[in-house]
Amino acid sequence: MEILSIKNLTKDFYLHNPGLKIRSCRNISITLHEGEFVGIVGLSGAGKSTILKCVNRSYLPLEGDIIYDSLAFGKINLVTANEREILFLRRHEIGYVSQFLNIMPRTTAKEHVMNALIDRGMDNLAAEREAREMLDYFRLPDNLWDIYPATFSGGERLRLNLAHAMVKKPRLLMLDEPTASLDNKTKMLVKDMLKKLKEKNTSMIGIFHDIEFMEGVCDRVFNISEGGIVS
Amino acid sequence: MPILVETPVLSVSNLVVRYGAGCHVCQRSMEKNRCTACGTVWAVNNISLSVYPGEVLGIVGESGSGKTTLMRSLYFDFVPTAGKAVLSDYKGGQKNIWAASAAEQRLIKNNTMGMVYQNPVMGLRMNYSAAANIAEKIIAAGCRNAGKMTERAGELLEAVEIMTSRMSEAPKNFSGGMQQRVQISKALANNPALLLLDEVTTGLDLSVQAKVLDLIRKIKARYGISILLVSHDLAVIRMLADRTIVMLDGRIVESGLTDQILEDPQDAYTQQLVHSLI
Repeated sequence: MEILSIKNLTKDFYLHNPGLKIRSCRNISITLHEGEFVGIVGLSGAGKSTILKCVNRSYLPLEGDIIYDSLAFGKINLVTANEREILFLRRHEIGYVSQFLNIMPRTTAKEHVMNALIDRGMDNLAAEREAREMLDYFRLPDNLWDIYPATFSGGERLRLNLAHAMVKKPRLLMLDEPTASLDNKTKMLVKDMLKKLKEKNTSMIGIFHDIEFMEGVCDRVFNISEGGIVS
Repeated sequence: MPILVETPVLSVSNLVVRYGAGCHVCQRSMEKNRCTACGTVWAVNNISLSVYPGEVLGIVGESGSGKTTLMRSLYFDFVPTAGKAVLSDYKGGQKNIWAASAAEQRLIKNNTMGMVYQNPVMGLRMNYSAAANIAEKIIAAGCRNAGKMTERAGELLEAVEIMTSRMSEAPKNFSGGMQQRVQISKALANNPALLLLDEVTTGLDLSVQAKVLDLIRKIKARYGISILLVSHDLAVIRMLADRTIVMLDGRIVESGLTDQILEDPQDAYTQQLVHSLI
């Protein structure tokens, strides 16, 4: 069953100040089946992140459709869906992991993961139980749980980011270069985790730089160059 | 059953607030939001917005763009020139709150809204104790039991991390951050459905700012209150707001999901604003 289908997605950025138009992706069509892992590769600036951000609606697509088969609303076009529907989907069904960590001040690692659940109406105790499970699952050392993540290393931040996204048990998970700036050992750890997520039938789209990493995880790989799909 | 609640807590349509009498060329010959002929300032010019339950709506814009005027009109400090606002808690959202009688407006202010001003002097009685400031709202809601009022005041001050041992001191002796937090606890006294926050963190030092932001997030999570958050600090908006409206010269130039406004701004002014971010 198709969970996500991107049809002829085109995105330009118009900058008013110098009056410049910047071309990003062109006519991108990608389909994702339930439980499948699709990888996207390409040079920097090729428009890889743009695709994911359009699905997340952080960017407004110029043309095309992004049809997502949601549990709550049925088939919904993420390009034209209203803001509250998008917020609901982000809270309940769609997860997005970037290489940067975005946290509230004075929030510990555990609270950061708990907040994802509290935002959707779970009570504190249940949220704490699930957050603990998730941090343990992603092997974040438990002496770091009650520390503010400002001092975390890159790998620790990534694991916290993944835990924050995964604790919501999203049906669709988007990963924007999660392995950039990680050492090989941590990369293998992440790879193991992604495999486990796949076994749990999570549909995923990921952007990666190294082809080696994608072997054995991704079902299909799209190569994007200058905004269009090459292979 | 629909998944999303479709009735907004607050819905404002075509709000206009002007300072000055207006003239026959107003709106046609304007320099920013000021009429060049008669000098009338159109502080808020035809604004419509909705706030849904449990949602934080951020409003950003430069100084003088009409953010505070909008908030203060909602709290009945100004009489708007034109426009309509309905609250789901007032007559089932059927009646314009600006057409309500003065007594009804007092009730709405006390029971369904809480306001935190940028300047604590406007929201607090500086010479009365912190507890008395909070009690003022509780009394207005009909409570006459001094013990209960003290208990509730203590609870609220504790929630904003002010020691109950200082509750009988006057806010004029408090620091700026503490005054702001007393204002927040006062605004929360009657469990309002809608909280209006006007530049709550402006002028506070970083650690106090973090405290106030953390507090607002907790309030949102714990009570499920809808919040209208005015700020010109984009970092505050990014952290707290679900949706954001960008104002310029009394008009809305752009609105959308907060991260979309910040990452993919469409309007020239919004782009300039985002590119000024440090």
